[in-house]
Amino acid sequence: MRIAIASGKGGTGKTTVAANLAYLLGVQGKAVRYIDCDVEEPNGHLFLHPTMTSEFPATIPVPVIDEKKCVACGECVRFCEYKALVRLGKTVMVFPELCHGCGGCTLLCPHQAISEQARDIGSVQTGNAGPVGFTHGMLRVGEAMSPPLIRSVLATAAPEPVVIIDAPPGTTCPVIAAITGVDFVLLVTEPTPFGLNDLGLALSMVRELGIPHGVVVNRADSGNTTAEAYCEQRNVPILARIPDDRHIAEAYSRGEMIITAVPGVSDYFEALWLAVQETVAA
Amino acid sequence: MKEIVVISGKGGTGKTSITASFAALAKGKAIVADCDVDAADLHLLLDPDRKRQVPFFSGHTALVNSERCTGCGRCVTLCRFGAIRDSANGICEVDPIACEGCGVCVRFCPSEAITFQENRCGDWYVSSTRFGTMVHARLGIAAENSGRLVTLVRTEAKRLAEEQQARYVLIDGSPGIGCPVIASLTAAQLAVIVIEPTVSGVHDLRRIAGLTRQLGVSSIVCVNKWDINPAMTETIRRFTETEGIGFAGTVRYDHVVTAAQRAGKAVVEFSEGPVAEDITGVWLQVNAYPGSPKIS
Repeated sequence: MRIAIASGKGGTGKTTVAANLAYLLGVQGKAVRYIDCDVEEPNGHLFLHPTMTSEFPATIPVPVIDEKKCVACGECVRFCEYKALVRLGKTVMVFPELCHGCGGCTLLCPHQAISEQARDIGSVQTGNAGPVGFTHGMLRVGEAMSPPLIRSVLATAAPEPVVIIDAPPGTTCPVIAAITGVDFVLLVTEPTPFGLNDLGLALSMVRELGIPHGVVVNRADSGNTTAEAYCEQRNVPILARIPDDRHIAEAYSRGEMIITAVPGVSDYFEALWLAVQETVAA
Repeated sequence: MKEIVVISGKGGTGKTSITASFAALAKGKAIVADCDVDAADLHLLLDPDRKRQVPFFSGHTALVNSERCTGCGRCVTLCRFGAIRDSANGICEVDPIACEGCGVCVRFCPSEAITFQENRCGDWYVSSTRFGTMVHARLGIAAENSGRLVTLVRTEAKRLAEEQQARYVLIDGSPGIGCPVIASLTAAQLAVIVIEPTVSGVHDLRRIAGLTRQLGVSSIVCVNKWDINPAMTETIRRFTETEGIGFAGTVRYDHVVTAAQRAGKAVVEFSEGPVAEDITGVWLQVNAYPGSPKIS
């Protein structure tokens, strides 16, 4: 079973939920892997402290022009949807950082003047964090395109039967790359106007993709039922509530796993796991 | 005119709350732009009254004409994004969400059965608010190209700032370090990096500071909820010293910030308490800090 933890809004507690859930399952003896797909700002390793056993670069194929063969006819320049090729006088220049690696220019060049070269966009690392399998991707600083790296991270072997995917924030291409093909999405929100507004965007996204989903309310305070009312109205199940507790915020700030650092918190995660299984089964 | 971008690396650190207070403190001398187009929230505090709406088109999506498709599968082989498959009835089918709009299938289909349709990805708006003009946007569900939309929103905000002779363009940026962040930062005068004193905050600060340095944008750090972890706050302050970036000060952890958000107000207009004073202090530092030279 592949479960993605997503949110719309950043900073709602995706990594906290994903890392603690994976760790809880690992400690209980289940074969589980945590995969950090927030490749722009991966944080799971700061809490799970994995030992990495392998690393490989993630690349996309970008064009290289053979100046001896290129006659600057401009066919490739006109074709490229991403403006990664520009004609300057009698030469064609490549802007590799704009290239999506579709391969079109290489195929269509009438003079066979274009070949492809792999360009590094980041790296994928795998290892173990105690009982939890661990994979993450790290986007090179200055690199704009995260989806190809996210796809490399997800294509890396994950033999464990349970995979927990920590998705990036937002509702556009990077999140879609991270949650495509999962069995279930857990949307983490907080009961604030920003949290609920962005939960609404994330809900529309998972519904558009047709993925079963449920909500975790983080920083829930007892007197406030806005998230409950919001979810009831939209017919979405709330699978767990994690209270707004300064001890949790402080433990998190130090890089601790909240299920071990703060008494009582592991109960929320055990209940969450039961609720996820029941919801997926139903 | 000074273009100030509020960013964070890590999400949820208080960018939008702080941007709204800056807009209130700029007292009508700023054009405000919400460049977090993936998950825009600033409108919840600024209550914009839309004056102008412009549709945003970006990129294309392939569409197979089922009457012409012979099911040869050439497009399935050539598509590098796994966006085309053979359907049960022998006709190729495009998954519009996976389609990157590269045009390879359109070009190489031997039966010319694939057309290219322009995507309407969302809309952008120019609105009036109680703090002045605001430029913002709404992306469609599962839409792409947020970087291009960010650039549009920014360009319009700068144009309006020149027209209205505004002193500032205040930009609420998005989390991360990728495409939309690069689009909101490139050639700005100052980046205000809002972070929390947590291990994640520090890790993400290093990466976002690396990006602002690469882009040649001057930056200044503000620590939000500093009292959650005072030792970490001190580590961050020292980091800014060794890196030669600015330190704008700290904002305390206070439920007033959430209360202001629930009331739809900027913190500094909702309260005159200590957290409002903290934010005002940060704004004064941001104002006094020299930005990167303006590139025109």
